[in-house]
Amino acid sequence: MTVLAVRDLSKSFGGVQAVEALNFDLAAGELLALIGPNGAGKTTCFNMLNGQLRPDEGSVRFLGKELVGQSPRRIWRLGVGRTFQITATFASMTVRENVQMALISHHRRVRAFWARAARLYVDEADALLARVGMADQAERACGILAYGDLKRLELAVALAHGPKLLLMDEPTAGMAPQERIELMALTADIVRERGISVLFTEHDMDVVFAHSNRVMVLNRGHLLAEGTPAQVRNDPIVQEVYLGGGSTFKAEDLSHA
Amino acid sequence: MMIRRQMLATLGAAVLAAAWWTPAPAADVIKVGEINSYTRLPAFTEPYKKGWELAVDEINASGGIGGKTLVVISRDDGGKPGNAVKIAEELVSKDGVALLAGTFFSNIGLAVTDFAKQNKTLFIASEPLSDALVWAKGNRYTFRLRPSTYMQASMLAAEAAKLPAKKWATIAPNYAYGKDAVAAFKKALTKLKPDVEFIEEQWPALFKIDAGATVRALEAAKPEGIYNATFGGDLAKFVREGSLRGLFDGRTVVSFLSGEPEYLDPLKAEAPKGWLVTGYPWYDIGTAAHETFVKAYQAKYGESPKTGSLVGYNTMLAVAAVLNKAGSTDTEDLVTAMEGLSFDSPSGPITFRAIDHQSTMGAWVGRTAVRDGKGVMVDWFFADGANYLPSDDEVMKMRPAN
Amino acid sequence: MGFYVAQFLTGLASAASLFLVASGLSIIFGVTRIVNFAHGSFFMLGAYLAYTIVQVLPHGILGFWGSVVAAALIVGVIGAAIEVLLLRRIYHAPELFQLVATFGVVLVIQDVTLWIWGAEDLVGPRAPGLDGAVRILGEPIPEYDLALIVIGPAVLAGIWLLFNRTRWGTLVRAATQDREMVGALGVNQSWLFTSVFFVGSALAGLGGAIQIPREAVSLLMDLNVIADAFVVTVIGGMGSVAGAFLAAVLIGELNAFGILVFPQITIVLAFLVMAVVLIVRPWGLLGRPEAPQRGAAGPLEAPLRAATGPAMAFAATVLALLAVLPWIADEFTLVLVGDILVFALFAASLHFIMGTGGMVSFGHAAYFGLGAYGAALVVKHLGAGMELGLLMAPVAAGIGALVFGWFCVRLSGVYLAMLTLAAAQIVWSIAFQWQDVTGGDDGLLGIWPAAWAGSKTVYYYLVLVLSAGGIYTLRRIVHAPFGYTLRAGRDSSLRVDAIGIDLRGHQWMAFTIAGVFAGLAGGLYVFSKGSIFPDTLAIPHSVDALIMVLLGGVQTLAGPVVGAVSFTLLEDWITRFDYWRIIFGAIILAICILAPEGIAGFALRLLPGRLTGRVEESAR
Repeated sequence: MTVLAVRDLSKSFGGVQAVEALNFDLAAGELLALIGPNGAGKTTCFNMLNGQLRPDEGSVRFLGKELVGQSPRRIWRLGVGRTFQITATFASMTVRENVQMALISHHRRVRAFWARAARLYVDEADALLARVGMADQAERACGILAYGDLKRLELAVALAHGPKLLLMDEPTAGMAPQERIELMALTADIVRERGISVLFTEHDMDVVFAHSNRVMVLNRGHLLAEGTPAQVRNDPIVQEVYLGGGSTFKAEDLSHA
Repeated sequence: MMIRRQMLATLGAAVLAAAWWTPAPAADVIKVGEINSYTRLPAFTEPYKKGWELAVDEINASGGIGGKTLVVISRDDGGKPGNAVKIAEELVSKDGVALLAGTFFSNIGLAVTDFAKQNKTLFIASEPLSDALVWAKGNRYTFRLRPSTYMQASMLAAEAAKLPAKKWATIAPNYAYGKDAVAAFKKALTKLKPDVEFIEEQWPALFKIDAGATVRALEAAKPEGIYNATFGGDLAKFVREGSLRGLFDGRTVVSFLSGEPEYLDPLKAEAPKGWLVTGYPWYDIGTAAHETFVKAYQAKYGESPKTGSLVGYNTMLAVAAVLNKAGSTDTEDLVTAMEGLSFDSPSGPITFRAIDHQSTMGAWVGRTAVRDGKGVMVDWFFADGANYLPSDDEVMKMRPAN
Repeated sequence: MGFYVAQFLTGLASAASLFLVASGLSIIFGVTRIVNFAHGSFFMLGAYLAYTIVQVLPHGILGFWGSVVAAALIVGVIGAAIEVLLLRRIYHAPELFQLVATFGVVLVIQDVTLWIWGAEDLVGPRAPGLDGAVRILGEPIPEYDLALIVIGPAVLAGIWLLFNRTRWGTLVRAATQDREMVGALGVNQSWLFTSVFFVGSALAGLGGAIQIPREAVSLLMDLNVIADAFVVTVIGGMGSVAGAFLAAVLIGELNAFGILVFPQITIVLAFLVMAVVLIVRPWGLLGRPEAPQRGAAGPLEAPLRAATGPAMAFAATVLALLAVLPWIADEFTLVLVGDILVFALFAASLHFIMGTGGMVSFGHAAYFGLGAYGAALVVKHLGAGMELGLLMAPVAAGIGALVFGWFCVRLSGVYLAMLTLAAAQIVWSIAFQWQDVTGGDDGLLGIWPAAWAGSKTVYYYLVLVLSAGGIYTLRRIVHAPFGYTLRAGRDSSLRVDAIGIDLRGHQWMAFTIAGVFAGLAGGLYVFSKGSIFPDTLAIPHSVDALIMVLLGGVQTLAGPVVGAVSFTLLEDWITRFDYWRIIFGAIILAICILAPEGIAGFALRLLPGRLTGRVEESAR
């Protein structure tokens, strides 16, 4: 089953084509990695999917519903969760309260004036924290967590409303190598057991090849290559120009794609 | 030097803060509450304070009030009406003062006026000028000493009517005092000389005059006469810009209160010349009572008196007079005594009118000039306040019945 | 034609003075992020010092300009000294706390100036060689105005050179855009801050000093200039010197021509312009969006905790004491405690948006005042009783907050704060100007409680029930999902958006709720005083509330209440003395240095965690 269908997605900024006629599908339970050098258009693509940017052209269908033109909030409500490259959490709340906040929003109780927020959805929050291995830190202030723990917390927050799709922008950025592998392994386990699809961008190729089902390589707004990790790894163009040198492609190379 | 000593005394007082809770329980004193905006406008309220302190010293030196010492509990309202009301509460209910006196700003005067009515406490408003204080918002418990806006505007209008100027422009700070001062002058002058015209008005924000632009706007209207009610820093800027830009050349200028030392002294040699003003020429008055006051004041403080000094001094004379006359500190007795109370002051005899509780304290009307590098009033005469008040019928119409 | 040219030049001359003050403020804010209330005091000191120095130096052109420069330099040194001795100690306090310290400095400088120079206005000499007027197109223009018209752009050019041709300037520009980067580059940050304070204060001093040929030097100069300086700085864009120049010219000219059409407009013109500019350009004319914050500037706020047993017992004891107060205290104590309760509710309502919501308001008095006026107007004009008046107070304030809040929540940081200030000034000017309805600055009188609540005791209970009830309600809302969502939006607007929450709508609602409770406080206030005046709506009243919240501790829920109690009691006591402002200022400065987390925060730090429910963990 197709969870996300992207067709002819395009965006330009002042004459610079950031993303051009991008097409791809994402199946249920699939982990799709989006890679590419800096400036390849990954972030633009992400921001169009999560509603922060409006594409110039194209359509994004999530479980059959059009996302283009919807606000980020609405997209979240439809069942799309997000994590950020630099974690965005509530520093003055406890770990549990961070998850509770997402649950409160999910249950549409943000405008409740009298109930004690700290007593709402405690079990649900603790179950999510337990799943990411943060149960023992539930009472700690979020502002004093180690970075790796913040990443795991963010994953728990993103799972709170039972999303069908997770958009993860560089989920392992800023972490130590060992932590990266662990976090992605955890993510892969969770999405597998819950049937969640994941689209993520990543710089660390070890993470990409170890945990994705499929990889898309983006360069200068174009889809350069696509396939299983093994296919992409062995793609001569990707290998030669991207994985080898790390420099961007020249225009003439694009004809091979 | 004086200030520094005062400051040390203050710090000493701060250390002895415990005394705050325990008012002196002495039976042989009469306590009076006094409230004014000492920190908001020290240029005006400091001389005022010195004036009443001198009076209190003299009253107590000559036996006090029927043998009892007059004690004044003086407080700073910081320029906030709400604070003044709170302080009034404390003075009345905690310190047990016989009456309240003071205030400078009209709105604070009005706030305390209303408090006096609600709490049935005598209030002698010393400095505020607002006409409403004794008329539209007047009440049984409030009396006012200083000649009001209406009275001073009438004094000026009476003289201005004798001048040829017909086209007038006005400039006054944009708040109640300024508006009243302009309205009263317009009314009085039009009454005396129906063919005058008011062709331009400027309302700079209080103490924020954009003097250059305002002067230009007045100039553009080409008036024959200019009526000014700005004061303090606004006046200094207005005078400077006006003289530089030739605004006052060949024009009659009538200026409210500008002959008071508070206004003229800072201007020094730049004081305007030939303006028709109300004020206080303490240097030339020369009556025996006034000379005595000036000598005592200079001896005590080493400086010359200002209008505030005289008002402050007269305030305490009024307080002593009413306490002596009533022979009690009961409010109703005091109010009865206040109505029609007469006493002699350095500025002549003063009576608190029974009909509207306004005193007949007068003011001096004259022309400004520069003498020995200082602004002074010349060709002045003393205008007795009693002659510049509306008829009893008019007063009755303005004043609520209570 | 000549007339309009002359008016234009007059506007430019005023603009030059405004620009000098505002540029210094802008530079200081740009680099240090300190909202410096003392900037007006530096301006005033510049004028007083120049007045004194010019008497000492030989008369003449050199003597005059020498004294202007000397005054500016001395003020610069004073500013740098204040930075080193005072502000440097509290850079790590919660955001905006430094403004409390600058408020203390304002009080101290007021009394020191009064002590040194006396109360009387001082009129300095005119500038030698520039004491006349020249005719341009037949209109007399003061020569000194022309000099100012040259000085303004010259100073702008000087600052530009300093910023673009020196290493120091490069650092300042870098710090204005991204403070953390400068720290990362290994620059000695404290040296940079001190030097910036020197330059900024010297510019303020220069602005004051060059005023002496134009205006009387007076004790009101500080407060008169500070609001305008902030307005110009914000219109131009905080941190942008060129923007400050543009804004000064804009205000100067609008003022010069505005008074020809509508003379009364001057009291509110600058604020109207600021409101319009901020609505159209949320970061001022030439300002830039503030760099996204990477973690809070000050210490992290601890998570909320439900009240512990001991804390609840303490609160119950206080309430019980308040309940029996009429039996053990005199009438005035009831009045004083009533005032404190009203201000505590007012401060708590400000804390609701400021502490919990991260929306700082410099104009919260607007809603207190709207409540007070709302109550007073139905009593005065509709003959309603106290009951309807007290109902009307939160309604009127709520409507006001709903209207202004819609605009305000679209901004953030200092710009939001300044828009709230503009809103408050607009409300103030209406109350001030609309004499027929509001009584102008003579206010509305005779607004006393209904007969049944006429006794001080009964009214005290009314105030106690409504204020304590209001404070408790606000506390419940903070602990409820609504308050949590508000905190969440303050901590990370990105994340809040990503969990499906309409933050702006939520903040708008919070702004309105804060307005409603401030309005209730205002309604209680007006019936306790019997009268209401525009000063309730004015800037000093807003600043009082701000100081109460910050002094009490912005990061604790008890903070605003503790702040209101301390501030009101302290003020009530201190104002009994002459020169109370210097004592008050010194106490505030002492609190700033000893307890940069506020009084309540300080107390919590001293108490064992067992009592406060706090878990001690070192920050990362």
